Amino acid sequence: MRETSGERWARRIVLSLLTLFTITPLYVMLSSALKPLRDVQGPFTWLPSRPTIQPFLDMWRTVPLGRYLVNSLMVASIAALISVSIAIFAAFAISRYRFRGRQLFSVTVLSTQMFPGILFLLPLFLIYVNLGNATGIELYATRLGLIITYLTFSLPFSIWMLVGYFDSIPRGLDEAAQVDGAGPMRTLFQVILPTAVPGIVAVTVYAFMTAWGEVLFASVMTDENSRTLAVGLQGYATQYNVYWNQAMAASVVVSIPVVIGFLALQRYFVAGLTAGAVK
Amino acid sequence: MATTTAPGPVRPAGRPAENGAPKQPKRRGPRRSYLPYLLLVPAIVLELGIHVIPMLVGVWMSLLELTQFHIRDWSTAPFAGLENYRVTFDFSSATGKDLLHSFWVTVLYTVASVGLSWVFGMAAAVFLQRPFRGRALLRTLFLTPYALPVYTAVITWTFMFQRDTGLVNQVIEQFGLVSGDRPFWLIGDNSFVALLVVSLWRSWPFAFLCLMAGMQNIPGELYEAAAIDGAGFWRRLRDVTMPMLRPVNQVLLLVLFLWTFNDFNTPYVLFGGSAPKQADLISIHIYESSFVTWNFGLGSAMSVALLLFLLVVTTVYLLVTNRRREHA
Repeated sequence: MRETSGERWARRIVLSLLTLFTITPLYVMLSSALKPLRDVQGPFTWLPSRPTIQPFLDMWRTVPLGRYLVNSLMVASIAALISVSIAIFAAFAISRYRFRGRQLFSVTVLSTQMFPGILFLLPLFLIYVNLGNATGIELYATRLGLIITYLTFSLPFSIWMLVGYFDSIPRGLDEAAQVDGAGPMRTLFQVILPTAVPGIVAVTVYAFMTAWGEVLFASVMTDENSRTLAVGLQGYATQYNVYWNQAMAASVVVSIPVVIGFLALQRYFVAGLTAGAVK
Repeated sequence: MATTTAPGPVRPAGRPAENGAPKQPKRRGPRRSYLPYLLLVPAIVLELGIHVIPMLVGVWMSLLELTQFHIRDWSTAPFAGLENYRVTFDFSSATGKDLLHSFWVTVLYTVASVGLSWVFGMAAAVFLQRPFRGRALLRTLFLTPYALPVYTAVITWTFMFQRDTGLVNQVIEQFGLVSGDRPFWLIGDNSFVALLVVSLWRSWPFAFLCLMAGMQNIPGELYEAAAIDGAGFWRRLRDVTMPMLRPVNQVLLLVLFLWTFNDFNTPYVLFGGSAPKQADLISIHIYESSFVTWNFGLGSAMSVALLLFLLVVTTVYLLVTNRRREHA
């Protein structure tokens, strides 16, 4: 099946346009991060007048970026690890057992994905505030509260993807382990988990990205001490001046870890999505 | 939703191996065991605590007169019955009018964003089906916007849309597309266009990712057979690719619809909190109705109404598409 010349030209034109659209903001982010302040205060230029890494040095002082970074790292990594651990057990149950309520659980968990975040935001805000007043367990405006919130956000999709991975592992392996006298938990840890490592890593990155990029709850549920990057990065627009070059520099630094993680694991995301989409 | 065939992790060069046969219940019959429930306990506790209970609390809140006087101790908030809902659906009052306007803006935004995202994603996936030099690089590039944290992407667009220092107006002027004053993009009539462009930039890569995954499962023989029958580009697309993508499309369009309709992040970061009327999406509208005026009861009523709307749309959608699938 050969490509006709018309198809080839169509392909080149379409892919060029999509490339241009995709790459422009990425270029603006990178190039503006290397500009002195006066470059971003005048009309837009394609190149810095003289490239400088000064924005990368100044950005830590304009806003307390270091604190935001530590908060985001802590919240996102702890939330991701706990979320995936819980998802592994749930996915194992759904993939390997038939039990009453299995369908109900799956449908309920997946349907929470469609609810508007704003619907949970108000009640959670009030529950956290009142819980703090009543019991002294401070969840409002603390990292702990954010961790609990975010790990639940990534849970449904993580379970869904992991069920797909676990289903693709032949049951013969389970049975072989059982013949050797392994119980269910040993089967999970010694047979299924080692086989599903790529999938588990991909889901962990997904859960991390969810927490790393969440804006709505971060803007309501944090204060000066627990603020994350999602809210903190908007601080480069001050009353007197907008430090666009520093905002872009900070964006570059914040983007790099998740972009690398996602792109390195994109194949496993594709596999997981395909597994889930057939349901 | 009952059975699934799951491909394993994709090998770099090949298509996913089909080895997960449809699940058979164990021959020995399921042991009546408490183990699966035990395994699900942590997930259930969290789902209850963060999703289910807050949702019920949200419904309860929507029945209260929960204004700033009662936030600290909401047990004192008077019961308001359906008053908040009456205000929500009273489209002759200012509040109802604004909400209805916001609803239609969101509908338009969702239809345009989802439609264009699908077209872009489909175009990219179709043209990346054949191997050529640089294909892997393009695939990676196209997925990058989806991997970026949403706020970094939107802050960059905010910078690009600045009236005096942004790239967009600079390019427009260089090509002589604008006469007279430079346009504003983040206030006034253009703000809807700006919002749509940013949303499209963010979400078409996700459509591309799913459609690409779906196309990897289409056996090459089907295309070979179609080519032997003399089918050209469009015929192959219509008679092979589209039918094979039906299950992927069913889920993809629904997920895109729900995400876009509930989109809060894009307008919130793009406009810095208060969206212009022309781009007043429903999530932002409810957020402002709740937190700016501290009327949580009304905000909750609006949220519940939104949820009911989404439930109805989703149910109808699934019924219609499932019936089409059975007839296919």
